Amino acid sequence: MLNTFVVYVENKPGVLTRVASLFRRRAFNIDSLTVGRTEKPEVSRMTITVDADRDQARRIEANLYKLVNVLLVENITTVPAIVRDLAMIKVAATHEARSHVLELAGVFRARVVDVAPESLIIEITGGEDKIDGLLEVLRPYGVLEMVRTGIVAMRRGNKPSSALSTSETLEQPEVDDDLSQSV
Amino acid sequence: MMKTGAQILWECVEREGVTHVFGYPGGAILPAYDALKHSKIHHVLVRHEQGATHMADGYARASGQVGVAVATSGPGATNMVTGIATAMLDSSPIVCITGQVGSKLIGSDAFQETDITGITLPITKHNYLVTHADELARTMREAFYVARSGRPGPVLIDITKDAQQSSCEFDWEAAKPQLPGYRPDLSPDQKEYEKALELIHSSKRPVILLGHGVIVSGAMREVRDLAERGGIPVALTLLGLGALPASHPLNLGMMGMHGEAWVNHTIQEADLLIALGMRFDDRVTGSLKTYATNAKKIHVEIDPAEINKNVKVDVALVGDLREVLNAMLPAIESIDRSEWLDFIDRLKGDSAVRDIQNLPDSGHLYAAHVINDLWREARGSNTVVVTDVGQHQMWEAQYYKHEEPRSLITSGGLGTMGFALPAAIGAKVARPEAEVWVVVGDGGFQMTMCELATMVQEKLKINIAIINNGFLGMVRQWQEFFYERNYQATPLLNPDFAKVAEAYGIRNATVTERSQVVPAVQMARQHQGPVLINFKVEQEDTVYPMVAAGAALHEMIRRPSPIVETAADE
Repeated sequence: MLNTFVVYVENKPGVLTRVASLFRRRAFNIDSLTVGRTEKPEVSRMTITVDADRDQARRIEANLYKLVNVLLVENITTVPAIVRDLAMIKVAATHEARSHVLELAGVFRARVVDVAPESLIIEITGGEDKIDGLLEVLRPYGVLEMVRTGIVAMRRGNKPSSALSTSETLEQPEVDDDLSQSV
Repeated sequence: MMKTGAQILWECVEREGVTHVFGYPGGAILPAYDALKHSKIHHVLVRHEQGATHMADGYARASGQVGVAVATSGPGATNMVTGIATAMLDSSPIVCITGQVGSKLIGSDAFQETDITGITLPITKHNYLVTHADELARTMREAFYVARSGRPGPVLIDITKDAQQSSCEFDWEAAKPQLPGYRPDLSPDQKEYEKALELIHSSKRPVILLGHGVIVSGAMREVRDLAERGGIPVALTLLGLGALPASHPLNLGMMGMHGEAWVNHTIQEADLLIALGMRFDDRVTGSLKTYATNAKKIHVEIDPAEINKNVKVDVALVGDLREVLNAMLPAIESIDRSEWLDFIDRLKGDSAVRDIQNLPDSGHLYAAHVINDLWREARGSNTVVVTDVGQHQMWEAQYYKHEEPRSLITSGGLGTMGFALPAAIGAKVARPEAEVWVVVGDGGFQMTMCELATMVQEKLKINIAIINNGFLGMVRQWQEFFYERNYQATPLLNPDFAKVAEAYGIRNATVTERSQVVPAVQMARQHQGPVLINFKVEQEDTVYPMVAAGAALHEMIRRPSPIVETAADE
C-alpha cells in the first residue's frame, strides 16, 4: 500500500541525499519525493510516498528518525489530509481538436498556460487520481510531453504539525475543498 | 580567544577527554598536524589508515570511550572506509577526522580530492563537512556527542585545509551542540512494561538473549539480577560474550551459527525470548521461518529501527537497557524454573564428550587446544583477547571462557579480516595495564600485519597468537561442506612468521605440538616486550557445530562422534 510521509528536516546542504540514500540502502522504493521551504527558514519539508506494508512503514519512520537532521516524521496515510500533485501536459491540439481539448480542461478545472499553433500546455493541480483522469482523456489527442511535481500533502484541520508548531497557529474552520474526486 | 581551526580541533579533542589519537599525515591534514606540537594529545602513527580506524575502534571497545582516527583527504580518507563500516555494524563510538582540499577547490577533482562525506554517508551514524573554522568547535562537540550517545556509532568530520588554517574566536562553552532532531534518550510506555512482566511471569521456558547492548549500556549487573531472580537461562551473542561470566550457572554460552547445540535447541524450545541489546542477526537466528516459533518475544533495544526488523516481537521496550531493566527488576517475581533448567541440562547430552578438547594428546595440534590452553594460562580479570575473523574467531568464542565484559574484542557484524592486530593496539593504548592477546588467522594477519611496526614504535606489550592452518580456514570449511571440497583460492603460501617477527625485533616462537603450547604462552607472558607465536595447527580442522546459512537453528551439522582425527592421522 502507498504510504505518505511528511518529513520535516533541517534546511542544510546534503539532507536530501541522506534521506534518499536511506531509502535506497534499506531497499524501500520511493514512489514520489518532493521537498520545499516551510514557514520557518531553518526547516524544509518533504512529502514522500512509498509502497510499504504497515510494518515496513513503521520501520521507515524509525529509520528516518535515525538521521540526525530529521526533525519530525508524520505518516499521514490514514489521517484526513489534502494531497496535491501538479502536472503540466503538452497536448497536440490542431484546429479541429482544440475546442475539445479546451472543453476537457475546463471540466477538470485545469488551466491552459501556453497556446501554440499545434499544441497547448495544460496545467492541472489536484490529487493523483484527478490528474490521471485528465491524462487518460487527453491521450487520444496526443500527449507530447508531461511533467508532474510529485505530491505535497498537509493534514486537515487545525492540528499543527506538533513539535514544530508555534502557539500562533490560527483556528480555522474545516472546509471540504478537496474536489479531486468530484469530476 | 583567537585560534586557528587546527588548534581548535585538538583543543576540542582534549576537552572530550581523549588522550591518544591514531593517524597518518598527508597534504590536506598538514595544518592540523602542525598544530599537534602544542597539544597534549599523543599521536600514534599507524602504517595504513584502515589500521587507524580499527585502533580507534579497539580503543573504544576496550574502554567505552570515544576513539579518534585521523587521515588526510583522498586515499587517506578512503582507506578508512572498512574501519568505519566495522564500527558502524558493531555500534562502536569512533570519531574520524579527515583533511579535505581547500573549500574553493571542492568539486574540481583536485589532487587527492574525494567526496568522503558522500562515500561514508551510509556507514556513519552522521558525518560533517566543515569549510569554516568557526563551525569547527560546535561540529566537534556534536560529533563526540552523537558518537557516544544512544546507539553509539562512527562519526566522520571532513575539514577543508582552509578551515584548518584560518582563525576565529574560540569559545567552547558557547559552541554547544545544536541537534534539534536528535533524540537518543527514548523510554518505553508504562503499558509495555506491564505486558513484558506478564509474559515473563507466565513463561515456563524463558531464555534471555544477551547482546552487545548489555555491555554498551553497562547493564551487566541488571541482566544478572534478572536471570537469577527469574531462574532464566542466558544465551549470548558473539559480541555479548563476557557480559555474564562464562562460569555463571545460568550462562548457556554462545548462540547461533557456531553456538553449542544445547544453546540453539534451548532457543527453539523456549516459550519466551527476552532479547536484551541484540538485533536478531541472521548469524544468530538461522532461518527466520523456523526461528523460535513457539516463543513469545520481548525486545529491549535502544534503536527503534531494530524492532520487528528481522523477528516480529510481542513486546518492544525501546530505551536504554540499564534504565529499562532497573525499572522492571523490582516487579520481577522469583520463580522456580528448575524443570526447564533440568531439561536444558539434559539437552547438553553427549555434546561435551564429543568436544575436541577430550581428544587424547596425539601430538597433533588443534586450534581448540591452543585456545583452551591459552585460556587456562592467561585468564584473569584484566586479560583482553582481540580476535580476527574466521575459524579461530569461533574457536576462541567456544573455548575461551570470558568472565568479564570488554575482555573480548572482535568484529562481529561486518566480519572484517585484518581487524585483530590494529584493534589490539587500540585496546592496549586504552588499557595499558591489561594483558592483551591477539588471536588471529594466518590469512587475516597478513591483511594488516604492517601494524607490527606501529606496535613496536609505540613500545606496546602485545602477545600475538597466529592460528596458522595454511588455509583461509572458514572459507575452506564452506567449500568442504557446500562446494564439494573444491578448495579454490583458499590454500595459502605463507611467509615464515618467525622471520617476519624478527624483522621487527619481536620475540617469537613456533609451536607444532600440544606440549609446546603452554611453555610458549608462559614465555610470552613473562617477556617484557611483544611476542609473536606461530601455532601451526591442523590444516583441515572444522568448526562444529554449524548451522548452514539459511538453515533452521536446530538443524546443526554436529561434531562427528566419536571424533575422528583428520586425514593427516590415518
